[in-house]
Amino acid sequence: MKPAKFEYHAPETLDEALILAAQYGDDARIIAGGQSLVPMMNLRLAQPDHIIDINHIEGLSYIRPDSGSIEIGAVTRHHQIEYSSELMQLCPPLPMAARNIGHYALRERGTIGGSLALADPAAELPLMAMLLDAGIVAQSAAGKRTIPARDFFISVFTTSLEPGEIVAAIRFRALAHREGWGFRWLARRSGDYAVVNAAATLMLDGAGKVGRIAMALGGVGSTPIRLASLEQSASGLAPAGGWAGEIAAEAAAQVEPESDKHASAVYRKELIEVLLCQALEDALARAQRQSAA
Amino acid sequence: MSRIAFRLAVNGEVREVFAEPRKLLSDVLREDLRLTGTHVGCEHGVCGACTVLVDGKPSRACLIFAIQMQGREITTVEGLTPDEGLSPLQQALHEEHGLQCGFCTPGIITTFEAYLRENPDPSEDEIREVLAGNLCRCTGYGNIVRGVKKAARMLRDGAAQ
Repeated sequence: MKPAKFEYHAPETLDEALILAAQYGDDARIIAGGQSLVPMMNLRLAQPDHIIDINHIEGLSYIRPDSGSIEIGAVTRHHQIEYSSELMQLCPPLPMAARNIGHYALRERGTIGGSLALADPAAELPLMAMLLDAGIVAQSAAGKRTIPARDFFISVFTTSLEPGEIVAAIRFRALAHREGWGFRWLARRSGDYAVVNAAATLMLDGAGKVGRIAMALGGVGSTPIRLASLEQSASGLAPAGGWAGEIAAEAAAQVEPESDKHASAVYRKELIEVLLCQALEDALARAQRQSAA
Repeated sequence: MSRIAFRLAVNGEVREVFAEPRKLLSDVLREDLRLTGTHVGCEHGVCGACTVLVDGKPSRACLIFAIQMQGREITTVEGLTPDEGLSPLQQALHEEHGLQCGFCTPGIITTFEAYLRENPDPSEDEIREVLAGNLCRCTGYGNIVRGVKKAARMLRDGAAQ
């Protein structure tokens, strides 16, 4: 249970880090919180030749609201997101998602950039990145680009980051004033990754019907997913009776989760139906409260 | 073997270390600095026994390379123990029988030292939620929860005086 040897680099500026990342490419791993990378190194599932530690770089830890969006620096810890009063006001699903990650000590060290770059398909922040149309700001020695979340997650632990690219920041859209949201999950034990998680945002139009709606699922495939076609068909519905259950049943019918040691495909479909229904009902209740206020 | 010399600030003292970059903070604390209060359980971040404070925040020492900690302030359970007697949290855990074998106790003390500063009057649910990050195979947790509640009260009363 000891990691294999590696060369350690502790750049003090992002430019220095980018030069190192370009130089070592696939032989290097970036370490931020290290809460997933170091366990993998201890178990020797990961044996990078070079570790580039970005914790000493100033200016990568921030939560910065901009008009209609919020930019979060890559080395912002989950604990900061969990307790950010700005995020609770502008984008409350994010603190809720962060609160659900691992345990207290892990949240004090783990970072948002690390969680997204790891791309665990059941993780909370990748799910939120899909739900909230996040843009992942990737920097390399050659320049900077923003990758939409839907193009970022390729497969389990696989993203569209190129060798030499470092996640510098993540941009989320802020919720509209009257927008409701819901986030539900089932994990076997406190602190575990969810077996399935579901999240939704919802706005009511002037007639009280479903306006803008977004739905995302995690733990149901190799990446978190958006339910784009269901969002389209749900828009314009009157949210009454069993509307949420019907949408969730349709989602469960459309999605093809796999069986693994944590849960069977059939059980995952049942979880999709229950959790998405609850997330939609939470989103509606919040949207109605906001509209009444 | 390419060992590197660097300095660590541990429990208010600057210590010289000569270790490989791959050496975990938990191992440097125990083997190089002889601070064996930090216990090593699972070595992959699950059990919480090796939790120390980094700049006052709880962190798994088995998920940090010691070399990363240059310029940070590390506090171990030794640093939280007064020269004489016990800290309020240690005293309360002792009084409530919040330990049996004691292997998990240092991690619980470091974790709740930080948490009670953040939340001086936690509910039982909040304590249990935080305690979920520290595995104890002896007590069944009930007495630990009582100990933490008592410690919180002692610390609040102490702060009020």
